[in-house]
Amino acid sequence: MIPLSWYLFLSLILFTIGVLGVLIRRNAIVIFMCIELMLNSVNLALVGFSSYIGNEIGQMLVFFVLVVAAAEVSVGLAIIIAIFRNRLTVNIDEINLLKW
Amino acid sequence: MSLFDVAFYVLAFITVGSAIVVVSSRNIIYSAFALLFTFFGVAGLYVLLNADFIAVTQVLIYVGGILVLIIFGVMLTTKVFDVPVKTETLHVGPAIVVTGAIMGTLFGVILKTKWFDILNVQWDGTTKKIGERLMTDFLLPFEVASVVLLVALLGAVIIARRERVKS
Amino acid sequence: MLSEYLPIFILMIFALAFASVMVLSNRILGPKKPNPEKLSTYESGMEPIRTARDRFSVKFYLVAMLFIIFDIEIVFLYPWAVTFDKLGVLGYVEMFLFIFVLLVGYFYIIKKGALKWE
Repeated sequence: MIPLSWYLFLSLILFTIGVLGVLIRRNAIVIFMCIELMLNSVNLALVGFSSYIGNEIGQMLVFFVLVVAAAEVSVGLAIIIAIFRNRLTVNIDEINLLKW
Repeated sequence: MSLFDVAFYVLAFITVGSAIVVVSSRNIIYSAFALLFTFFGVAGLYVLLNADFIAVTQVLIYVGGILVLIIFGVMLTTKVFDVPVKTETLHVGPAIVVTGAIMGTLFGVILKTKWFDILNVQWDGTTKKIGERLMTDFLLPFEVASVVLLVALLGAVIIARRERVKS
Repeated sequence: MLSEYLPIFILMIFALAFASVMVLSNRILGPKKPNPEKLSTYESGMEPIRTARDRFSVKFYLVAMLFIIFDIEIVFLYPWAVTFDKLGVLGYVEMFLFIFVLLVGYFYIIKKGALKWE
């Protein structure tokens, strides 16, 4: 039988990989993927708690995370596409001005 | 070791392995496709946790929606000529220190806390319970979620279509 | 509980095995006599005139984005549909409010012409 802490460790590893990706990658779209990884790890922890305690609220919260993730991805990628149109780059080190 | 445990280890391996590929791959397309396996692995773990509806939702929204959107994002932002889909890394040293600190802290917290380690509160159909909660105790967040979706819809349409308005 | 997923598991293994057997047997058994005509992208079709690695039109992105928003709406509809008999009139009002808010956005993007493919 897998104890709850194993799911939490797995979630922790996923989250750490996501943080590391956000810090070391320079491509804005890869950074988006890493944010998705972090959101997924949080969802995993929520569902883990929910299942082990026997309470459905954790699973329900996952829906709200989903809503935020979808909103974030659709608006964020739209912004990246708009920036790419103007600057022809998605490297976040070159996108360091609020206005050009 | 039961079949259940084996399933957990396999899914955990798929999830973590492909997550590492997402972060470390130099080719952005490989990253996007590795993310597919991470999402499927997490969906499998949801199944192991008796969260059937969440697992289906994961496949439906993350794999069917968000990942497709990300791949479109990749295809929309490659250069017209001689696609440089490769991306470089930077500041690896400090990043590892920071993530190490985060990981160490959380690791200690998980290790020190006493968790309930018994699964099998018998779940029969999580969908109904989720629905009841959503429509009674969590009604306000539910309605606010629709406003969030509305704003995201309008914002993304306006930002992404700016080019057409100009021309 | 978990045994309910056994058919899905078997199906996945079967699909994986079937696909790999097909690809592998093609590679092992098939004769290989390549010539330039066979190796072209569309053997009897039109000549590709540009690189396939071009930038896509933003219209595809817009459709995918609209899909994801309404996808989430459907996901919220499902738990409601399972329990709506217990919720009574209030449940209807709640869900119609939710749908109405997204419907406003839907009419806005139609007015804006975001769904036109020209």
